[in-house]
Amino acid sequence: MIGSLLRRREAGILLMIVLFCVFVGILRPRFLTLDQFRIILLLIPLIMIGAMGQMLVIIARHVDLSIGSIQGLAAMLTALMFKFHPEIPWGFGFVVAIGVGLGLGVINGVLVTAFNLPAIIVTLGTLSLYRGLTFIVSNAKQIDRQFVPAALKAMSQDSPTYAVPWIIVIALAVAMATYWFANRTLVGRQIYAMGSNPIAAPLRGIRVNAVTILVFAISGALAGLSGIMYASRWGFVNPSNTGTGFEFQVIAAVVIGGVSINGGVGSVPGVVLGVFLMGCVSAALPLLGIPGTSQAAIYGAVIVIALLIDRSVRMRANAALSSARGRE
Amino acid sequence: MSEAPVGLNSTVSATHRDAAPPRPLWQVIFVRPETLTFVLLVLAIFAGGQLSPYFLDIRYILDSFTLTAELSLLALILTLVIIAGEIDLSPASAMALSACLFAYAMSFDWPMWICVSIGIGSGLIMGAINSALIIGLQLPSIIVTIGTLTLYRGLAQVIAGDKSIRVPEWYIGIDKVQVLGLPAPDLIFILAAIALAFLLGMTVWGRQIYQTGTNETAAIYAGIRTRRIKAVLFLATGVTASIAGMIFISRLGSVRYDLGLGGELQMVLMAMLGGTYIFGGRGTILGTFLAALLLSVISTGMTTANLLPATQLCVLGVLLVLSIIATNFIYSRTQR
Repeated sequence: MIGSLLRRREAGILLMIVLFCVFVGILRPRFLTLDQFRIILLLIPLIMIGAMGQMLVIIARHVDLSIGSIQGLAAMLTALMFKFHPEIPWGFGFVVAIGVGLGLGVINGVLVTAFNLPAIIVTLGTLSLYRGLTFIVSNAKQIDRQFVPAALKAMSQDSPTYAVPWIIVIALAVAMATYWFANRTLVGRQIYAMGSNPIAAPLRGIRVNAVTILVFAISGALAGLSGIMYASRWGFVNPSNTGTGFEFQVIAAVVIGGVSINGGVGSVPGVVLGVFLMGCVSAALPLLGIPGTSQAAIYGAVIVIALLIDRSVRMRANAALSSARGRE
Repeated sequence: MSEAPVGLNSTVSATHRDAAPPRPLWQVIFVRPETLTFVLLVLAIFAGGQLSPYFLDIRYILDSFTLTAELSLLALILTLVIIAGEIDLSPASAMALSACLFAYAMSFDWPMWICVSIGIGSGLIMGAINSALIIGLQLPSIIVTIGTLTLYRGLAQVIAGDKSIRVPEWYIGIDKVQVLGLPAPDLIFILAAIALAFLLGMTVWGRQIYQTGTNETAAIYAGIRTRRIKAVLFLATGVTASIAGMIFISRLGSVRYDLGLGGELQMVLMAMLGGTYIFGGRGTILGTFLAALLLSVISTGMTTANLLPATQLCVLGVLLVLSIIATNFIYSRTQR
């Protein structure tokens, strides 16, 4: 019964995407062309990768506000490496970015578990700390286009197949890997168990602290990966712009994608659809003549709307459960 | 409660245990987070004095406090929200949106009372939205206020665009107004602190806030209307945000959508540094008051020492994590 409700949940997001596209398509027919589809696809890889990590964190009943700053710091350190050591092969940038993100994520996880602190306060603190460090390591200066390796920038243009650029392929690969991790591995299931019942989880022998650190580490590592992809997508890294507000876009995509804020519920296909919906909205704004300054308001509205949907779904699930019990 | 078990146990001598001796009075008074805040404040002023002799001048401290008076005001009311077991990350954004609306109304030369009602009314509405979602629909305040944080700031950006809205000359300069020898924003902050400290410490209503945060289920069974208390607190936060916004505009002379951007960090930091327990039920206005002073001294000190804003941001972030660790440690060592 609950399973079918969840399946309906993803169908609901799909329906929202279709309705939105039809609505915009009627107003502006240009929205339904292949070119627009490409624009949407190029908007989503960063959010998609960040959302996979954030999804796991929220399923485990935590929240990670620092991913935007992790993205900024990882991107900045990678770009600095490119600038001052151009002889290092560019592919090594991925190792650096993911490694930096992993380290910063582990710091979050250790602070949360070792001192039993709420993740929201810890990551609010590290959000500022990591952003400050980004300014310090870069001397508050942007790393310009010429320092970002051409091969890296080409990843956002060139494609292995069917005109789909590499960064989209990477994002989809991350999504598939997360799907496998969350559904097919022991640790993945333990994350759901921790989120659905934090009291029962340790009694069942789940090493809650270790899994929590792992979840934050994954979130950090993926934020790091999104950092080098930012450098690829935009060709520069700016200490104040790169990653600022990223956490809100990602949280919006995750909660509209059906991940319950009460933990324990959420699926990769749902989040992928949520990310896609956010991409459609972002692409539609300029076509509808809505200024870019209203982006943030829309992300905020999406989060609030998603919370309302989450609540009504939960109410229906509870009603279904109790009526099923009544029939027994 | 304590008598019944003792009576039972005294018949079975093997399990007889004496009640734990009460903590000595000096411990009750001094072993608490506020003491740490106070010691840090004295140390910070002393360290500041080494940097620049101005720090030992009370005038200088009072003047520099106007820079953080608005966020300190919000931190006071946030302290109550956290003690009641909730959190509100949206006041800094609410302040920006309400300030933009207020300044926008003033730019039409509308009568003052209309502008003020627009400002306060918008704060009230934003507080009402938060309470409707958190208390009415029982959604977790963490995620709700992350959402409204983005939403309110975003709406401010929609209204103001990237431009700044100027206010009339006569409205500018509240920080230059001296009342009773104090800059006006400082006086407002001090009066608000005294009023809230009285409310929280001396009235039934204040004790009920502690009860709500300590154990909401027990509080409900004790007949406390916890939902109403929390709803009022969120409404009050919205109104306070709009008042803080008006002070802010008067100090700056104009407003942009990014007014107080990232202010939620400083607000939460003040509450945490003052020893408010993040899981609710403990904390005092005195603590937040001292922490607000401490943070003002630290910020001014860092600026005097020519630290980059980025370094200051790092320091604030680290302070937040350290202060919450210290507070939790002190509370874990003292009886609940």
